[in-house]
Amino acid sequence: MSSLVLNPIRSDVGEAAMTDTIDSTQTKPAEQESAALAPWRYSAWSIPPAARRILRGTSLSVIGILLFMLLWQATANNIDTSLGKFPGPIQVISQVQNMADEYQREQQRRVDFYARQQTRNDELLRSDPGAEVRIRPYTGRPTFLNQILISLVTVAFGFALAMLVAIPLGIVCGLSETLYNAVNPLIQLFKPVSPLAWLPLVTMLVSALYVSDDPLFEKSFVTSAITVALCCLWPTVINTTVGVASVDKDLINVSRVICLPTHVHIRKIVLPSAIPLIFTGMRLSLATGWMVLIAAEMLAQNPGLGKFIWDEFQNGSSDSLSRIMVAVIVIGFIGLILDKLMLTVQRYISWDKQTVLR
Amino acid sequence: MQAYLEISKVGIEFNTESGKFRALQDVNLKIDQGEFISLIGHSGCGKSTVLNILAGLYQATEGGIILDGKEVNAPSPDRAVVFQNHALLPWLSVYENVELAVKQVFKGHKTRAEMREWIDYNLALVHIEHAKDKRPHEISGGMKQRVGIARCLAMQPKVLLMDEPFGALDALTRAHLQDSLMEIHADLGTTVVMITHDVDEAVLLSDRIVMMSNGPAASVGEILAITLPRPRSRLALAEDPDFVHARQQVLQFLYDKHKFTGAAAA
Ligand SMILES: Nc1ncnc2c1ncn2[C@@H]1O[C@H](COP(=O)(O)OP(=O)(O)OP(=O)(O)O)[C@@H](O)[C@H]1O
Ligand SMILES: [Mg+2]
Repeated sequence: MSSLVLNPIRSDVGEAAMTDTIDSTQTKPAEQESAALAPWRYSAWSIPPAARRILRGTSLSVIGILLFMLLWQATANNIDTSLGKFPGPIQVISQVQNMADEYQREQQRRVDFYARQQTRNDELLRSDPGAEVRIRPYTGRPTFLNQILISLVTVAFGFALAMLVAIPLGIVCGLSETLYNAVNPLIQLFKPVSPLAWLPLVTMLVSALYVSDDPLFEKSFVTSAITVALCCLWPTVINTTVGVASVDKDLINVSRVICLPTHVHIRKIVLPSAIPLIFTGMRLSLATGWMVLIAAEMLAQNPGLGKFIWDEFQNGSSDSLSRIMVAVIVIGFIGLILDKLMLTVQRYISWDKQTVLR
Repeated sequence: MQAYLEISKVGIEFNTESGKFRALQDVNLKIDQGEFISLIGHSGCGKSTVLNILAGLYQATEGGIILDGKEVNAPSPDRAVVFQNHALLPWLSVYENVELAVKQVFKGHKTRAEMREWIDYNLALVHIEHAKDKRPHEISGGMKQRVGIARCLAMQPKVLLMDEPFGALDALTRAHLQDSLMEIHADLGTTVVMITHDVDEAVLLSDRIVMMSNGPAASVGEILAITLPRPRSRLALAEDPDFVHARQQVLQFLYDKHKFTGAAAA
């Protein structure tokens, strides 16, 4: 219900067409009498139906979340771990405050560092104008925000890498049955492989092949990104293949009669009709990639959210569990936003503005 | 003397899961330039298959087709096809749908401006110029079919192939489109091969009606020449004894020699 309501495409159509019993009776003239008998329906509650539906949707979600929190708090207090009580929502929320303060302090330290460096250099220059001044970059601990950013960049990289392979591969597999038959067993074989299985191999390969004195990227970053790519390749390959293979036969015949050259055929006929499925694949891929990333970062020690969780787990302070919980919620939230982002992109790119995307 | 379009001894066998299926056997037909031919016959007898072979979308197992002195063995804009379900690209506007074909067919022969003019001309021919910036989902079924016809005409085909072009339309829209088609045929003198289930439509539009025998291994059953003078008007013809007689003969063929399945009622 809530996704229906929150969807802007649907809600303006819905105002007229959706079967909402209360609303539809209100618009009927025959019901005007009963409306007069029940003035509260109009005067005090004269919120437009669409707004009311959104309100009801959100209030249901809020109730759901509140219930969940209550349950969580109640059970959490009864669980003792070696790191203290399992954190309930209250502890987690105060932890958020705590981490925000930490971030502030770290920022302050950074500003102070540069200020100190500046004054030192100024003094040096005053005493000896010819002196060589060095400006060192600040190398403090990465903040939580930094770690989120690193995770996002890593997943974006891995995802982009995967798409560069997956979409063209899907298109050729969809176009040529021969190729599909050749590639399909490999897809089926590699699809269920867990990222943890790939990671050691990728690590060794990266160590062996990615050698440079001044690497543009950290090895841990490359390893994580490639592992992400390997795991999020498949949904897009499969969906693109299906999308391309199921282009309407009439349209293909049209293309044959007109004698469109292959590249025009792909651009004008195949891609537009496969776009919805390609995007379905991409959304599944991105979700998989984000999920895989956390595990990859833990093992590859890429300084993102995965490493944050791992380090907290290893440190084992009394705050650790609630800090991990904050990370968990952040991970979920980012996953949600990534999916919404893909939907927005799809809405923008797709020719079909009629279909309700969800 | 060789006809403009000659189908000689065409047969086709499909490989199906339950073995080979012979759909057509020894189909022979000679069509003159500018002639309007209707193919009529029971559902599943192989009309679409004949049309697809003419279009080059299917390969005949034996026999062959010669159009204007050249053998037909692949699809080409020479033989444009109007599909039953319009087959417009939903992501392109009406204009762009026609443009896609025109750009491909007249690449290097027409300038941009000439192409634009040619597309507009063809859209006007089917009376659809007012909707040229609309997408297919924004126009009615009849309009879509008009666009499909415009797209084919814009390719300047030697033969226009139509597979039940008006089958999915209501009677009134169909009548309008039939009139448009008669006008266009009179103006351009295009050779047309049209499949139809509608006996009135066949008699009204055609120079000859080709009645196919039932499958499997279907072939040409009878050919009926319609000599009614053109231009024809549906209202005047409704009472015309020649029209009624021709109509009678086609129905007779469909009822008589074959089990009637109810497809030909108009
Ligand atoms: N690609 C194919 N593979 C196998 N069999 C086919 C194929 N195309 C057609 N057939 C068979 O050939 C026969 C003739 O089919 P066709 O579509 O030409 O009939 P039709 O006369 O156009 O029928 P309708 O009036 O219902 O459109 C049918 O029995 C059909 O099952
Ligand atoms: Mg057919």
